[in-house]
Amino acid sequence: MKSGKFWAWLVFALGAAYFFIPLIATVEFSMRMRRGEYSFDAYKVVLGDARFQATFGYSVLAAVFTIILGVLIVVPAAYWIRLRLPQLRPIVEFITLLPLVIPAIVIVFGYIRMYGSNSPLPFLATDTGTNALLVIGYATLALPYMYRAVDTGLRTIDVRTLTEAAQILGAGWGTIITRVILPNVLIAVLSGAFLTFAIVIGEFTMASLLNRPAFGPYLQNIGANRAYEPAALAIIAFAITWGCMSLIQILSRFAPRSANRPN
Amino acid sequence: MADPFLSIQHVRKSFGATTVVEDFNLDVESGEFVSFLGPSGCGKTTVLRMVAGFEEPSAGKIVVSGKDITRLKPNQRNVGMVFQAYALFPNLTVAQNIGFGLKVVGMPRADIDARVAEMLGIIKLPQMADRYPYQLSGGQQQRIALARAIAPKPKLLLLDEPLSALDAKVRVSLREEIRSIQKKLGITTIFVTHDQEEALSISDRIAVMYGGKAEQVGTPFEIYNRPATKFVANFVGTLNVLEGTVTDPAAGTVRVNSEQISLQGKLNGSKSGDTLSLALRPEAISLGRQPGRDSSLSGEISEVHFLGSVIRVRVGIGGSTVSLDTFNSPATPPPAVGEKAEISFSSSDMLVLH
Amino acid sequence: MTDISMSDHAVTGKTAPPAEARSMRLPTQWLGVAPFFIFAIMFLILPTLYLMLGAFQNEAGEFTFENIAALAQPSIIAAYWISIKVSLASSLIGAFAGLAIAIAIVRGGLPEWIRSATLTFSGVASNFAGVPLAFAFLATLGRLGLATVILNTLFGLNIYAHGFNILSFWGLTLTYVYFQIPLMVVIIVPAIDGLKKEWGEAAATLGATMAQYWRMVVIPVIWPSFLGTVILLFANAFGAIATAYALTGSSLNIVPILLYAQIRGDVLHNAHLGYAIAFGMIFITGLANVFYIWFRTRSERWLK
Ligand SMILES: Nc1ncnc2c1ncn2[C@@H]1O[C@H](COP(=O)(O)OP(=O)(O)OP(=O)(O)O)[C@@H](O)[C@H]1O
Ligand SMILES: [Mg+2]
Repeated sequence: MKSGKFWAWLVFALGAAYFFIPLIATVEFSMRMRRGEYSFDAYKVVLGDARFQATFGYSVLAAVFTIILGVLIVVPAAYWIRLRLPQLRPIVEFITLLPLVIPAIVIVFGYIRMYGSNSPLPFLATDTGTNALLVIGYATLALPYMYRAVDTGLRTIDVRTLTEAAQILGAGWGTIITRVILPNVLIAVLSGAFLTFAIVIGEFTMASLLNRPAFGPYLQNIGANRAYEPAALAIIAFAITWGCMSLIQILSRFAPRSANRPN
Repeated sequence: MADPFLSIQHVRKSFGATTVVEDFNLDVESGEFVSFLGPSGCGKTTVLRMVAGFEEPSAGKIVVSGKDITRLKPNQRNVGMVFQAYALFPNLTVAQNIGFGLKVVGMPRADIDARVAEMLGIIKLPQMADRYPYQLSGGQQQRIALARAIAPKPKLLLLDEPLSALDAKVRVSLREEIRSIQKKLGITTIFVTHDQEEALSISDRIAVMYGGKAEQVGTPFEIYNRPATKFVANFVGTLNVLEGTVTDPAAGTVRVNSEQISLQGKLNGSKSGDTLSLALRPEAISLGRQPGRDSSLSGEISEVHFLGSVIRVRVGIGGSTVSLDTFNSPATPPPAVGEKAEISFSSSDMLVLH
Repeated sequence: MTDISMSDHAVTGKTAPPAEARSMRLPTQWLGVAPFFIFAIMFLILPTLYLMLGAFQNEAGEFTFENIAALAQPSIIAAYWISIKVSLASSLIGAFAGLAIAIAIVRGGLPEWIRSATLTFSGVASNFAGVPLAFAFLATLGRLGLATVILNTLFGLNIYAHGFNILSFWGLTLTYVYFQIPLMVVIIVPAIDGLKKEWGEAAATLGATMAQYWRMVVIPVIWPSFLGTVILLFANAFGAIATAYALTGSSLNIVPILLYAQIRGDVLHNAHLGYAIAFGMIFITGLANVFYIWFRTRSERWLK
């Protein structure tokens, strides 16, 4: 027992070292911009950069649209499958896992070839269409996470019983969705939303191949041309990811507990 | 007397600042079936886990066949254990589960197979060998768990509330099965339960535990009929408690609701005017005067419950109520609520709780 | 993070009771799931199929194996080879290190706060990939990185003189491990939590040593989740491009970077060869999954 504890501490310490050293090094590096002393100059330069603001704003907007699109696609499907079409579950679960197997670069490659300017559906012919295609691509990337978050939420509240209970009490569909289901899965949807945000905000491949002025390509560009700013950006990106994950954790405290059945 | 097979001596267990088992003593004879009975949180599991070797006693020692095993690892103790939640290995079939303890000691394959078949016969599930645990009902899983525990022929079998996850009918049949297998194999057994009926019906002896101590150790008959403490009396069986005031300590007379009863020789040390709690089991009371019962009290019938073969009657006596059971007899109608009634009992059946 | 283990016990849909089957004739039943399926077909399945088919067609649209055969040129084979090596190494290192950490925090008797802190951090780090991760490792193990400098000044160890290069196989692997380990932790911790304490105790009372218990129970029980996660980690690394691109530019020739260059500028001067490369990528990740599914159905009969 005693030696087990020693090993556990050792493994933990090694892991902590591996994970913290790069963070410390990056913080240190990001503060080296001014010669001979530590300063936050790199952060000032980055945050004051108009292109930073523009690309970051663009990516935030893309993330918001991605979340909306994801919710609109996933929530009705997940709800309906729990409620009426359980026989579709294996197919849907399989589809939602596909984006983990098909690399993003392949998906976007397919878009470029299928939805080019002279195709029947010329998404890429206009700027708006390309923006839409980027949001669509992001929604596919987020699909596994969004679906799982929502489905877990629906499972813990046991939608089927809740819906039937509401029906017996005379509620119509509008009431059921807005008063019973949504409030109960809101937390799950928000968790999926923040996760989506974390994935999308710095995404590089799709944005770059669709030539969008997004945060990811901007990061890459800075990395190729500057010395200290990339480190500052890495810390900012880490902080954003951390923020998203913390929000998910905080939200999970408000999640409804399973009332009807443990599974 | 010969040395006991298992001897738990002055065992104490503390988790940090809280002591959950205090000066626990128990000797168990070879082949004996002893139950630990007590309310939730009284330390039953903790004592059992110390015997199994999962917890180390803070003080005291545990001796098996004259050998101190207090510091031995669980896998060196040769005890069998059955858990409340079955704890069958999900990745192994029934046969592999039962054979697990034989395989780990390197028994030849053919011997394992023979022993597993024998075990399956004993628990009456011979056709289940190739199933996986998830394909079995709770009662079947627990029987497999029992077979797995006894397959390596342990010297000592420990069962921690093995029946509490099962439904009422299965509980009764399985507890009898456990008892008959235990008798057949002559394996020394400790059985933890908080169900008194379970403990009373299958044990050779019962240790009633409370607050980390053994309040009383005795046969079911002794525990039930001669509880040593107020806790034991209350915890085991149903009790009717009446308040009494000592009127004459020398003659042993007590006044209950303005009637006198004599409790010769049971008042050790009480003074005149002391208030006592007097307890009677329902089955020690009869309705109306009966030959051979030396004491009686009068009251009024407050409730009558017809339970089939038995009629449970509650009689108000002064401020208290006593329950008693009478047998249903088709010839006589049951008593009616509101009737005056007299109850009788033998003063020797009355327990004075100190 | 949400648990997305591929090992997810394929939830067998309950067969619909007759009443539901009857009402399925109503098209409204499908209204709720229609957006999902339309979306999935249009933006996930068709684009992928389009590339797959394109891989077997020439410019004129005729069926051919030429594109696939053309993958056999040394530079492309080298790209696949190094991609497979990096993905395999980073997923295996990530998997075993992640498993060790998960076991340490769940079963190692460490304080409770370490477990929750590690899980939170893992959620963050598993999503901290892409370009910023490359920056962090450049700041650490680049030529001027803190670790490089400290090792040199304090211990006189010049890792670059010893052949280390962040822009190399090992540099990339070490970087990928930064998101692979936490991903493993996040997915495998629930599986380890699922190991009941009583199993260990039952094994002990039956005389099993710790090693026997691990070999006969623990490893078989967590193996499906573990293997599933390894496959996921592999696919995760195999398709990743941003980190490598930001770290090495196009100096390290891995498949996604090759494909990226091909999409941008047709560097291979053959559009259909790009399809073939994409096909190859899906083929490899798909193969890993097929292997996994085959293995699971063959050896895990005890799973419901
Ligand atoms: N590892 C532990 N750390 C701290 N306290 C503990 C620990 N294990 C048990 N206890 C405490 O010891 C007391 C006795 O626990 P134990 O499990 O022995 O009770 P029990 O009699 O088996 O109860 P039950 O009938 O509910 O199973 C309880 O108050 C419990 O909270
Ligand atoms: Mg207990």
